[in-house]
Amino acid sequence: MNDLLAARSQMGISLAFHIIFAVVGIGMPALMVLAEWHAQRTGDAMYRELAKRWSKGTAILFAVGAVSGTVLSFELGLLWPSFMEFAGPIIGMPFSLEGFAFFTEAIFLGIYLYGWNRISPKAHLWSGVAVAGSGMISGVFVVMANAWMNAPAGFELVEGKAVHVDPIAALFNPAVVQQTLHMTIAAYCATGMAVAGIHAVLLLKHPGNRFHRAALTLALWVGVPAALLQPESGHFSAQWVAKRQPVKLAAMEGQFLTEVGAPLRIGGIPDERAFETRGALEVPYALSILAFNDPFAEVKGLDSVPRDQWPPVAIVHVAFQLMVAFGTLLSLAAGWVAWRWFKKRPVDGSRPLLLCLAVCAPLGFLAIEAGWVVTEVGRQPWIIYKVMRTAQTVTPMPGLVWSMVGFSGLYLFLAVIVSWLMYNQILRTVPDAAPLGDASLS
Amino acid sequence: MSDTPPLVLAIAAILVVALNAYVLFGGADFGGGVWDLLARGPRRQQQRALIDRAIGPIWEANHVWLILVVVLTFVCFPAAFSQLAITLHIPISLLLVGVVLRGSAFTFRSYDSSHQELQQRWGVIFAVASTVTPVLLGICGGALLSGAVGAAPTSSFHARFIAPWATPFAFAVGVFALVLFAFLAAVYLTVEADEERLKEDFRRRAIGSGIAVFVAAGAVLYLAREQAAFMVRGLIFAPLALPLQGATSIAALTALWALVNRRYRIARFAAPVQISLILWGWAYAQFPEIIPGALSLRAAAAPDITLKLVLIGVTVGMTLLIPSLAYLLKIFKGDGNAFDRLERGSPPPDARPARRR
Repeated sequence: MNDLLAARSQMGISLAFHIIFAVVGIGMPALMVLAEWHAQRTGDAMYRELAKRWSKGTAILFAVGAVSGTVLSFELGLLWPSFMEFAGPIIGMPFSLEGFAFFTEAIFLGIYLYGWNRISPKAHLWSGVAVAGSGMISGVFVVMANAWMNAPAGFELVEGKAVHVDPIAALFNPAVVQQTLHMTIAAYCATGMAVAGIHAVLLLKHPGNRFHRAALTLALWVGVPAALLQPESGHFSAQWVAKRQPVKLAAMEGQFLTEVGAPLRIGGIPDERAFETRGALEVPYALSILAFNDPFAEVKGLDSVPRDQWPPVAIVHVAFQLMVAFGTLLSLAAGWVAWRWFKKRPVDGSRPLLLCLAVCAPLGFLAIEAGWVVTEVGRQPWIIYKVMRTAQTVTPMPGLVWSMVGFSGLYLFLAVIVSWLMYNQILRTVPDAAPLGDASLS
Repeated sequence: MSDTPPLVLAIAAILVVALNAYVLFGGADFGGGVWDLLARGPRRQQQRALIDRAIGPIWEANHVWLILVVVLTFVCFPAAFSQLAITLHIPISLLLVGVVLRGSAFTFRSYDSSHQELQQRWGVIFAVASTVTPVLLGICGGALLSGAVGAAPTSSFHARFIAPWATPFAFAVGVFALVLFAFLAAVYLTVEADEERLKEDFRRRAIGSGIAVFVAAGAVLYLAREQAAFMVRGLIFAPLALPLQGATSIAALTALWALVNRRYRIARFAAPVQISLILWGWAYAQFPEIIPGALSLRAAAAPDITLKLVLIGVTVGMTLLIPSLAYLLKIFKGDGNAFDRLERGSPPPDARPARRR
């Protein structure tokens, strides 16, 4: 494995690992706050117990997210020093602001987790609100920095150096709205539907359990609207990509040749040598309509740029198909739930629906992973779109494969431990009957 | 020396303030892990429980100072960040492994209540990582300070990626950082312990590590004569150097005097002052360079517009951050002990005749 591939793998693995915990850090606080708010409004101690249980899981996941995020902030320099040297001053704003947002999140999470009996209920609830709010904002800032890599703005390139730097223009680069919207909704969708799925499993085991019914309802409050909104946000993002990053879109859709009235290819495997996508279900004109609202619009193919500017087509296409498939399944499940709400029937009255929610539990996170593969691998060979190539910026340090293997092993170890803890310490200890009173943590 | 523009100077000062905060808060958390590793005697379990209570609610917030330092470095002094990240790739990577294991093992220990044996194993990982990480942090600092980062030749792998930090001087700075953090933690714990014998345990540890600080400082200075000559110049011959050294010594002696006489709150004030002065002495010694021997603050600085915006951002951020941090510390460190007693079923403090000092 050469150093560039090792560095890219290490970065990819670190991001894929961290994003799960980052997303949980955005979604779970919202759930905790909902449960605690409900407890205070109704005086029902069960909701307080629910908030505590959820916060216990959040504590473990947040800690792993905090340390893996630290690794990333260093890795940017350890692996891509010249990228950071170039980009640091331009996209420093979102990173510095994210630092403060994350600081706020960590402070108030400490207060929330350890302060149940130390501050007034009202102050405690507001601490939770601060965690949820700053968690969301810190995610938005990080995605704003990533958006800049897709739509670099706020500088001029003169002989390889950035001049006339304008960090504000870089902050509000053209990709910001679509990317932050899509990612933020994804965070609530993935967390809400995953938590709902877990409690659906528990309801299948213990039908009618009051505790899990309450948990399911609150999780669906967060997950369902997000799952229903996400396809629209995705469509908005894809139209942006069609206009601004046509090569990425071509890879996503397996579109090798520039074509008027392009079909939508569902599934299939792109063959870079044969210049075609095999085995896909083709819907005539659908891609032109989806991308440009016009059945006869021209969709640029991969042939519009030289071969050395292609991303790995098969990976991007397959990842995109998976993301869309998972997102579609989630929105159908959410639609089913919404339908039962509309009919005023209890969600847990339908076993098939509970089963469906259980199956959907991991899909949101899988869709997020696939989506990041689409946007990151789809941007290759560029680290900054059309400005700087990834290969140019890799560190001169040799033997990066060792570092890659080391960090992958570490993350694998942590993943096993975290899953085991979640199962043993949280799921298995969930009370069978509705708990009453104010049982404390652990 | 005065050709560093005020804006660059202000940002550099903020960077040192953030590093200072990380050392005082995050450093003490590492030090707590060291005392967890070294917990001995009949009150071993109480010592560990106290450390656990002291670190639990605040370590994540304390840890963010490090992220702030990194971010400020790559945004405001990108050329320096890139050079450090290349030359110190190996110790920084190891440092990160330590950071990850320390944080996650601590959390796993807190939330894994099923198996005593497993919990102990997490405790060991937490404690070992808490001990190794400060050494690596110090090694990185020592390599920077010795001037080897900027001067690293590109001739061979060893010369470029290992030799700059694998020096006796860098290791001495690593050990110095470790004993400083351990000293700081022991001093804080004398105040936070709510039982007289436990206070005595940490008082002895604080005095011992306080003396170790002097020894390690001596070793660092001795090795610096050859391996970081410019630092010796900055530490002794620069105009403000001797007053700074004097103030550091006064703070150090005050801390030790207070510990010997059981004036814990005075020690808790003097020890952080001592450590902050050491850090500022270092910053002063290498000023106006950010990578000694290679890169000045001015040459490494980002464009003015970036620095100005960061200055505004930091000002706004701090006005939100400082009250939040104060609130956190007030809840858990102020009269927090009252709540600890309450939670463990002892009578509340106002039911007692007087609060012990």
